[in-house]
Amino acid sequence: MHELSVALGIVKIAEKAVENIHFERITKIELQIGTLSGIELDSLNFVWDSAVKDTVLEKSIKQIEVVKAKGKCVDCDTAFDMEHIYDSCPKCHSNFKGILKGKELRVKAIEFI
Amino acid sequence: MCGTCGCGSDQKGPIISKPGEHQHPIDAHHHHHHDAEHAHEHSHEHIHESDHEHQHNHQHKVLEIEQDILQNNQMLAARNRGYFEAKNIFVLNLVSSPGSGKTSILERTLADLKDTISFYVIEGDQQTLNDANRIDALNIPVVQINTGKGCHLESDMVFNALKKLDPKNNSILMIENVGNLVCPSMFDLGESKRVVIISTTEGEDKPIKYPDMFYTSDICIINKIDLLPYVNCNINHIKKYALQVNPNLVFFEVSATKGTGMDDWYKWLVANK
Repeated sequence: MHELSVALGIVKIAEKAVENIHFERITKIELQIGTLSGIELDSLNFVWDSAVKDTVLEKSIKQIEVVKAKGKCVDCDTAFDMEHIYDSCPKCHSNFKGILKGKELRVKAIEFI
Repeated sequence: MCGTCGCGSDQKGPIISKPGEHQHPIDAHHHHHHDAEHAHEHSHEHIHESDHEHQHNHQHKVLEIEQDILQNNQMLAARNRGYFEAKNIFVLNLVSSPGSGKTSILERTLADLKDTISFYVIEGDQQTLNDANRIDALNIPVVQINTGKGCHLESDMVFNALKKLDPKNNSILMIENVGNLVCPSMFDLGESKRVVIISTTEGEDKPIKYPDMFYTSDICIINKIDLLPYVNCNINHIKKYALQVNPNLVFFEVSATKGTGMDDWYKWLVANK
């Protein structure tokens, strides 16, 4: 259940970000999570409430932008959509690829009043 | 309730201890138990007496952050890595599911090579000093990290364990992670190489069932090959699946209890250290 560590990491980032600004409430936190990031969104949602309890994010809306994974074959340069990290090139079936997108695990922005 | 693990215990963060020593919880971990220090009065309540449009006159402001969530762990891992490089310490992060033989491989390796290489060990488990005691019995300096309910080691725990372990230059540090094929994959500890261990009793398709761990590892040790006649397992299938996830994996086939195949592993260890 590393999603809880991740959720707490998000809280830490938010707390640090608002340290020196005057705010009444963080209304929204925007996250970017890739489909190959290793995070189960269901698990993250499950732990979210207990992770943000009594923190600056307690009453914030969590907005997640899911980034669909894309890879590029090292052998034939084909760019392709990836569902799993072990997907091979649909054209030449090589397992050597670079992951272009899908590993994101980022806090994009927060919105506050 | 404890935020990291959802536990109800009072244990604050991981406990780092040497065999034979009283266990102290350390507070350096991310277990923020947010107590009295900053009680947020969320007094942002609107009482609307009339039936006017619910219009906030607050201005919503946006703060761009653009920060990796695991950045903190990665920064501390980089700090560990710098420490290891400066002291020329070769560090292996041993990961696997529980029971695949991490400790047995470690014990055998230490027993066979300890006269030629100086070893240090960090043991990660949720509970008990059992593994550290097994290593301690070989007269190898060892520190145990008990993560409590935590499912993986993080770089700050290793950093704190290092202060206690104080490894010498030109040595090899073995970090035995918590037995778990999922969570530790996301947490860089600052290691030189990550070694994933899979045993022949586990099922051939483990690498694609738990691909992240195999994707992030450099070495794959297939253990318990002495049991091959008794289990329904084809090593070539394990390798095929593992290479599908990570074509750069280097394999060793061993039996830690019988000693089979350990020489190739030792050669690699000596050559890469």
